[in-house]
Amino acid sequence: MTSNENTNRAPERGPIIEAVGLGRDYVRSEGPFLRRTRRRIAAVEDVTFTVRPGEIVGYLGPNGAGKSSTMKMLTGILTPTSGTVRVAGMEPSRHRTRLAREIGVVFGQRTTLWWDLPLRESLTLTRHLYRVPSDLHAERLAELTELLELGPFLDTPVRQLSLGQRMRGDLTAALLHAPSLLVLDEPTIGLDVVSKSTIREFLLRINAERGTTILITTHDLGDVERLCDRVMVIDHGRLAFDGGLSELRATVPTPRVLVVDLAAPVPEIEVEGARTVRVEGPRQWLELADNPARVIERVARDHEVVDLTLREPDIETVVSALYRGAAPERGALAS
Amino acid sequence: MADTNVPARSGPERPRVGDLLRPFRDYRLLAWTWVRSAAQYPLSMILMSLAVAVSVLTQAGAVIILFGHAGSLSGFTVYEGLMVFALAASAFGIADLFIGSVERLGRHIRTGSLDAMLIRPVSPLIQLAADEFSPRRLGKVVPALVLLGVSLAGADIEWTVAKALLLPTMLLSGVLICGAIWVITACLQFFVADAREAANTLTYGGQALSEYPLAIYGAEIVRSVTYVVPLAFISWQPALFVLDRSDPLGMPEGLRYAGPFVAVLLCVCAALAWRFGLRHYRSTGS
Repeated sequence: MTSNENTNRAPERGPIIEAVGLGRDYVRSEGPFLRRTRRRIAAVEDVTFTVRPGEIVGYLGPNGAGKSSTMKMLTGILTPTSGTVRVAGMEPSRHRTRLAREIGVVFGQRTTLWWDLPLRESLTLTRHLYRVPSDLHAERLAELTELLELGPFLDTPVRQLSLGQRMRGDLTAALLHAPSLLVLDEPTIGLDVVSKSTIREFLLRINAERGTTILITTHDLGDVERLCDRVMVIDHGRLAFDGGLSELRATVPTPRVLVVDLAAPVPEIEVEGARTVRVEGPRQWLELADNPARVIERVARDHEVVDLTLREPDIETVVSALYRGAAPERGALAS
Repeated sequence: MADTNVPARSGPERPRVGDLLRPFRDYRLLAWTWVRSAAQYPLSMILMSLAVAVSVLTQAGAVIILFGHAGSLSGFTVYEGLMVFALAASAFGIADLFIGSVERLGRHIRTGSLDAMLIRPVSPLIQLAADEFSPRRLGKVVPALVLLGVSLAGADIEWTVAKALLLPTMLLSGVLICGAIWVITACLQFFVADAREAANTLTYGGQALSEYPLAIYGAEIVRSVTYVVPLAFISWQPALFVLDRSDPLGMPEGLRYAGPFVAVLLCVCAALAWRFGLRHYRSTGS
């Protein structure tokens, strides 16, 4: 980090994202030609939230829940049909180009780097497109190179990079213009454990040191638990939850599942403190209602156990449970 | 990196002279990046350029054979016919070189790469036009320009200062007309994802049509390519002008000077079509 790092950080100001009653309808045409009917479908409905500078917010929800429509409205790709949104003090759909210089966006499943050129060249191009003075660029690149350990592959063509390396490259490209808000869409999708953790540590660091606000969509519970102070859950276009992660867990208690591998197939295990939800040959899935250690002890007393795994409910399950407003469906965790 | 918020946020930006050139600088930068990208596969680039050049020369060969056999068509000799061909091929080739890749808009919409363009502080039209810019497209332009030189030298032309000055202007107008048609037809893909084929009937079909003296097609067609889709100003009207020929179909003589105006008008239409299409996209997000 440079010496003037924290000296001229913008003073405490209003929210960096402010959405009020944000909505987005799609018109679907259905039926045969000439008798076609038009139906309005709400992808996002009456979503209100604010994000303050320096927050890390997880934006969760099942596929098709309205996550990406919201992201598109925040970045100015999509124009809202109702409500208002302001990002970094601007109306995204009206000032899309100007906003682009203020925010960094990474789509996990799509790279913005030049496939056939060394990573360094894509980053240089970014500098020109975002009009970053060359001394500042050099300074930031040096810093990001160190933090993300880009050194060994800066001069390698992007097509030869591993997924994790490429994601680090994409993050660098999104940060070279020092945006105050970083919008990440599934940044760890498909990455191995080590790469995931490198990226998470990095995000925490830039958040702590630069105060970069981060809005992240992910299906990875690890991302959420490691990174987010706050989660927002959207489903069927509506904001269903906005608060801390532990609060979310408390709202919807979801049992853990014990996967037991037995020496030989047996009928459904009946044991106190758990409920067998699935049997597949010698493997059985037990939904826990009691202390796992005790249940394991009881199971091991009656059966020859070869292996055990304890599964935490993943965020998808918590989220879908939130929607049914009850405990998860029988066997929902067993898949 | 504390300078995070130094630019912007201080009210609306005032336009500066440098900003007007900005799109061109961005275009050059993106195109150059694509060229270096393509240069990673030099053999492929060379072979593709040659293949394109051969196809242009083959088409020119067809023109020569046709006029050679017939002696003349609608009063056009071989060289004159070749000139019409070369004017059309040059204009389309140059337009294709700079802006032809807008026809891939539909693909960018489908794969979501248009969204990636929209989050950059550069006009998506510039990014789209520069997309996969490759020197292989010179394979179209260079032979066309050589043929143009050959035909101008071979045809019986009384050169004047006005002609020497106006011919490049007319060629430029032709390039702008082709480019504008390219953009306008590409915009259809904002509404119909697979409109590319339909659009190609106008772009490539238009090129094929304007490679021959329009007099061979008959009045109705000539009228529609003059007043509806102004292809006549790409090769036909400039040829009449250079050859001091009166219009065989009796259309107004003044039309031959209208090229630049038509080009500007069409470019304005293209800009409006693009804005309209992009707004539609951003309000449907298809």
